[in-house]
Amino acid sequence: MQDVREALYVGSRSDGTLIRRPMSPHLQVYKMRLSMFLSISNRITGVAATAGSALGVAWLAALAKGPKSFASARRITAHPLGQLILAGWIFSLVWHTVGGLRHFIWDAGQRDDKKSVNEDGPVAVGVIAGVGVTLAVALLGVSCCRAHGRAKLRKAS
Amino acid sequence: MNAPVSPRHDVMRSQLGRARGLGSGHSGTGHWIAERVSAATLLPLSGWFVVQMFRLGGADYEDVAKWGGKPLNATMLSALVISSFYHAEVGLQVIVDDYVHGKAHVPAKFGVRFVTGLLGLLGVVAVLKLALGRPASKA
Repeated sequence: MQDVREALYVGSRSDGTLIRRPMSPHLQVYKMRLSMFLSISNRITGVAATAGSALGVAWLAALAKGPKSFASARRITAHPLGQLILAGWIFSLVWHTVGGLRHFIWDAGQRDDKKSVNEDGPVAVGVIAGVGVTLAVALLGVSCCRAHGRAKLRKAS
Repeated sequence: MNAPVSPRHDVMRSQLGRARGLGSGHSGTGHWIAERVSAATLLPLSGWFVVQMFRLGGADYEDVAKWGGKPLNATMLSALVISSFYHAEVGLQVIVDDYVHGKAHVPAKFGVRFVTGLLGLLGVVAVLKLALGRPASKA
């Protein structure tokens, strides 16, 4: 018995032998609702955002190391797969930020009843989709245009 | 799954007796506040970073290195890195608490702190190098 919480599962038969009591079904008996999905997705996007930030630190380290390693980092971020990962990072950051802002509202004691939570969920989804897509497209688009412009300028000179 | 497993007693004390009174570790509030404070700190810092990335995206090495070497940018960047990985550490610890049980719990928690700490340190060292020392360029 490793976890003290396990102690609460111990029961005994009438003859005194100890048994592990069965766990009642919990997750599987509920239909997935938007509030549940947004709750767990806040955690998942938090982990994804951390993974992306780790890559961001790798980018900073490449920048600090010198032009050669920065060029390698640039090759990765310019690759379609790298662009997809960057978009995913932006999206999970936006998602986690919106989730966090909702937590701030709840912590202030606002909009935390069942009705408000169900009303705000779709709004959160809309904000995430709108801001996420706009930010990802705009940032990646601006970077791509500028990189192409610079490359053309270099070729011309 | 529900086959009767005979639980093993490691100590003479009853299992319920061991579990009782463990409801609160008396340090949860500090952890909770740390999560919120770091989140609130991250809001303006991330906003700043997004603006910087709009200005900088697709720029050449020289421009980016020059940007990172400016004192204000280096300060904001290291503040962003520190708060990001502090927030990640605090948040990932809760996830480990919730989902990793048994023998793996302590190593997993230790691993989270170790990895997030190292990543944060790497970010800060990189920023300091940009700000305080010229990177070794062949030019």
